[in-house]
Amino acid sequence: MLLSLEDATVRFDGRAVLDGVGLDVAEHEIVCVLGPSGSGKSTLLRAVAGLQPLSHGRVLLDGRDQAGVPAHKRGVGLMFQDHQLFPQRDVAGNVAFGARMHGASKGEQADRVGELLDLVGLPGAARRAVASLSGGEQQRVALARALAPRPRLLMLDEPLGQLDRSLRERLVVELRELFGRLGTTVLAVTHDQGEAFALADRVVVMRDGRIAQSGTPLEVWQRPVDEFVARFLGFDNVVEGTVAGEAADTPWGKLPVGEGAAQGTRTLLVRPAGVRLVAADAGLRCTVAARTFRGTHVAVHLQPEDAPRLEAACALRDAPEVGDAVGVEFDAAEIVLLG
Amino acid sequence: MRLGLVAVPVAFFAVFFAYPVAAIVARGLKVDGVWQFGRLADVLGESDIRHVLWFTTWQALASTALTLLIALPGAYVFARFDFPGKQVLRAVVTVPFVLPTVVVGTAFLALVGRGGLLDEWWGVRLDTTVWAILLAHVFFNYAVVVRTVGGLWSQLDPRQEEAARMLGASRLTAWRTVTLPALAPAVASAALMVFLFTFTSFGVVQILGGPTFSTLEVEIYRQTSEIFDLSTAAVLTIIQFLAVGAILAVHAWTVRRRESALRLVDASVTARRPRGAGQWALLAGVLAVIAVLLLLPLAVLVQRSLDAPDFGYYRALTSDDGGVFLVAPIEAIGNSLQYAVVATLIAVLIGGLAAAALTRRDAGRFVRGFDALLMLPLGVSAVTVGFGFLIALDEPPLDLRSTWILVPLAQALVGVPFVVRTMLPVLRAVDQRLREAAAVLGASPWRVWREVDLPMVRRALLIAAGFAFAVSLGEFGATVFIARPDNPTLPVAVAKLLGRAGDLNYGQAMALSTILMIVCAVALLVLERLRTDRTGEF
Repeated sequence: MLLSLEDATVRFDGRAVLDGVGLDVAEHEIVCVLGPSGSGKSTLLRAVAGLQPLSHGRVLLDGRDQAGVPAHKRGVGLMFQDHQLFPQRDVAGNVAFGARMHGASKGEQADRVGELLDLVGLPGAARRAVASLSGGEQQRVALARALAPRPRLLMLDEPLGQLDRSLRERLVVELRELFGRLGTTVLAVTHDQGEAFALADRVVVMRDGRIAQSGTPLEVWQRPVDEFVARFLGFDNVVEGTVAGEAADTPWGKLPVGEGAAQGTRTLLVRPAGVRLVAADAGLRCTVAARTFRGTHVAVHLQPEDAPRLEAACALRDAPEVGDAVGVEFDAAEIVLLG
Repeated sequence: MRLGLVAVPVAFFAVFFAYPVAAIVARGLKVDGVWQFGRLADVLGESDIRHVLWFTTWQALASTALTLLIALPGAYVFARFDFPGKQVLRAVVTVPFVLPTVVVGTAFLALVGRGGLLDEWWGVRLDTTVWAILLAHVFFNYAVVVRTVGGLWSQLDPRQEEAARMLGASRLTAWRTVTLPALAPAVASAALMVFLFTFTSFGVVQILGGPTFSTLEVEIYRQTSEIFDLSTAAVLTIIQFLAVGAILAVHAWTVRRRESALRLVDASVTARRPRGAGQWALLAGVLAVIAVLLLLPLAVLVQRSLDAPDFGYYRALTSDDGGVFLVAPIEAIGNSLQYAVVATLIAVLIGGLAAAALTRRDAGRFVRGFDALLMLPLGVSAVTVGFGFLIALDEPPLDLRSTWILVPLAQALVGVPFVVRTMLPVLRAVDQRLREAAAVLGASPWRVWREVDLPMVRRALLIAAGFAFAVSLGEFGATVFIARPDNPTLPVAVAKLLGRAGDLNYGQAMALSTILMIVCAVALLVLERLRTDRTGEF
């Protein structure tokens, strides 16, 4: 393993910000840590970088314990959330910084700067002032700067956090391609699930300093491990129910859960796509409370008579109006038993 | 590493500040090896001393009130109006603050004293009244108010007032409810600062006070150098120390309040051209005050120094037949410059290390206490420092009386707070994550400091050095105790010349003061060019 965290714990004033985290990252792997703000993601990166000492546990790089190794000797790269480019240096001065610290000659530095600026798509920007760069350009320069010393592990803290949506979507594709081509090992943290799923080979969801779930993007998306992960991924149709046989008894009525489901009191997730709208006199009777246009579909918020709200995904032309009465039926394939 | 940063300044302060102060306390309160705290009451019981104490306090209060009255409109004008020559004028206004107190005293003497400009024109003399002292204090502290209050005022977001007006407040109500509360801590802080400076005023009162008016500082000096009653001087120093400590504590409290969350914007966007007759009249009024109160005394000083034909007073400086010193007065310039260079080096080294230690965000209570300690010499007054040196460092284990380094050490002690105050805001403004970014890219802690901190603070370092230089050049209160007669500094030479009768001595004092003023003004104007958006507290 290139990076191993063993029982990594960081306490601030007695509160565990990172709580017994174990995590392995293999060479050439892209791992994305996903979690809401305050879940300990950034602390995780800082602990690996050597900027934050552990209260307990170990960080190993290439199997070697990093306790006592200062940040500048760990040979890992970190791209900061708001880039932290050195304002008094130009683009080349920023990109060459790492190489210079490692004693590269002027010529080597210049070659490396040219090479990396080409790589991140900013050829000829070497002499530009940092302040004159747009957000996207700053992000590219920060990436070039982090890559320049050839770190064995590249860490990204909210790499695309402050950019606008279209730029973010384009850059995430570019990043994935670039890391694949270079074979870079990457540990990134983000609060944006779209970014994590698009970038990562493996996603790690964090909650309150602990790892809630780890798996490929598809696994995490399809089978969220608990209510927290499900809600964090944007699923709100979560409900308690009693599973007996192939059906669960819930406030929304009997929900089909398929064969071999674990029995007893369980938490169920119904994906919006699994909420089918039918005629008002069939299924669960609901009133349309709101509808929001989502581009590819319409999210319809339904209020049953005495049960929590439900969200359904509909094609635009099928979507009912606010105030309409509709019936709801459920699709077993889109129902997940959590935890 | 942080311990290392703190150790040097702490050691410096322990040896050159705490130890002398302790020596003063022992000298004042210990009689034949026994502590006699009754000495405090005894000295306070003397009617002369009570008179001095009373005068010290009320003149400081009056000076502060007068300074606020005159300088607050100036603060407003500098903060909110845009007019040609504003930058230059801002620098000019600051010149008096770094001028040696001796020069200020001399300049006012030339304006309102015997044979002064007012005497010549209208036969008015103010040097026997308290007004000369009060006006000189306004002259000296005008910049303090303009800088501290005006600095904040110019950064207050005008949209806050606009927001209040959109909610239905009148122009005046908006100012009273939004701007005034935001400014109040800065005004309080500036007022305290002015009170402190005038409470411990030495050079100005020494020259303008005559036999009638005497502050604690002057009295301490008198007891030491004329009556040779070191014990009473020590008790007075302790009293002053306690008073100043109390004022500083209040000051620290208001500064903390001032740092409370205010929305600040770039000063350049808040100023605009004056509009309407009222605003133009205000601007004209402020300019007139600056001309009469700040520029006129300096102009008169220069004019008086040129009163003899063929630069006679200046040429007289080169001969030692006056008998005031063992050397020609002109040599004081060389002495002053040499001392100032050494003092600047010491002050920048000690102050820089202290500022670096104080920057650490994880600075604990100990380090923060150290911050307050560093401010003490500034407030505790130069006379305390000089007197302390005199009685503490003249005998084993530390006998420095016969070495030249004593003077620069005392001056550096007075200069360090300026260095710290100038460097600290800039160092604190450096984003900790920039340092971390450099570390992750492979820079060792020392390289981080060199590559990240140094380029950003280089300018502040130069400004701090300039301040330390100007302060030590003009330093009078401490130096007058310890400068040797064969090596006087400029301010000491001026005071000595003024203390003797005769037109030639008077003229020479004017000439030396002019030279001192020019050196200080040049240093300051160079600084003003270096100074950018991020200003320290001075």
